[in-house]
Amino acid sequence: MIGAGKMKQYTNVLDRPLSKGKQEVSLSGFAFLFSELVQYNQTQVDNIAELERRLEDAGYAVGTRILELLCHREKGNRRETRLLGILSFVHSTVWKILFGKVADSLEKGTEHEDEYMISEKELLVNRFISIPKDMGAFNCGAFVAGIVRGVLDNAGFPAVVSAHFVPVEGLQRPRTTILIKFAEEVLQREARLG
Amino acid sequence: MAAIYSLYIINKSGGLIFYKDYGSAGRMDTNDSLRLASLWHSMHAISQQLSPVSGCMGIELLQADTFDLHCFQSLTGTKFFVVCEPGTPHMEGLLKHIYELYTDYVLKNPFYEMEMPIRCELFDVNLAQAVQKDRVALLGR
Repeated sequence: MIGAGKMKQYTNVLDRPLSKGKQEVSLSGFAFLFSELVQYNQTQVDNIAELERRLEDAGYAVGTRILELLCHREKGNRRETRLLGILSFVHSTVWKILFGKVADSLEKGTEHEDEYMISEKELLVNRFISIPKDMGAFNCGAFVAGIVRGVLDNAGFPAVVSAHFVPVEGLQRPRTTILIKFAEEVLQREARLG
Repeated sequence: MAAIYSLYIINKSGGLIFYKDYGSAGRMDTNDSLRLASLWHSMHAISQQLSPVSGCMGIELLQADTFDLHCFQSLTGTKFFVVCEPGTPHMEGLLKHIYELYTDYVLKNPFYEMEMPIRCELFDVNLAQAVQKDRVALLGR
């Protein structure tokens, strides 16, 4: 028969099935690209707060897309409606896809009800970066904070996310903590859902 | 007792970008180390011209009675050289390892300007570990 055994030819590139993609990317390649991203943004801004905001915005774009992709690939187009659900999604699935491992820990803040923290001994993006002394508390992990904010925002859980260095005794390098502060409406909705 | 006396890194134009002293009697102040770096850079360049065969890459080893000087030049012209005790083995391997650390912790750092003095905390930490490991390996033999 004509066409028997032949692979179906897709005329439209949008009809082709989504491939799983390459699972790994060169770490050096990424490190250089990220370094250029930081350097480029440094030339565009006057102060450190601006730089942090720009890195966060860059991460936000990534977060938006990763949420769409992972919902389709990993979760079969189901979406999270509960707070703990979306947090463990970020902590496990998103981290696994982006960094090859789940995040070190997920904690609830003790002082405020709306604060949660994802901690990592050393963020992949910070692996080769030494912050000069005169830049103070700046953390290139703002990029990762932006990614988390992008995911949460587009999943319907608006939040303010920031990255902080937390010194740990016994370790030379401080740990990095991504601090997530949810908006009021999220907590109210969560309370309503019971 | 240190097998390595000091480590220098010079950029492609001969300027000193990194100098670390590991307890030698001849510890130098900044000006002297800068002068020595540019001196070595010039000697290295002259040696390439002096060579009777073409394709010479410059001085790799200089042996004196009280010290050895091993030099490694990368493809980009950055030179790494180490002054050590006479007869210290595995210096080439160490220099290549230091070159790897340089490409990782200095070149991938967005806050490092090319050809400027190296001020990267991670580079210092990893370099200290590498030299320490080398020292332990030598003593343990």
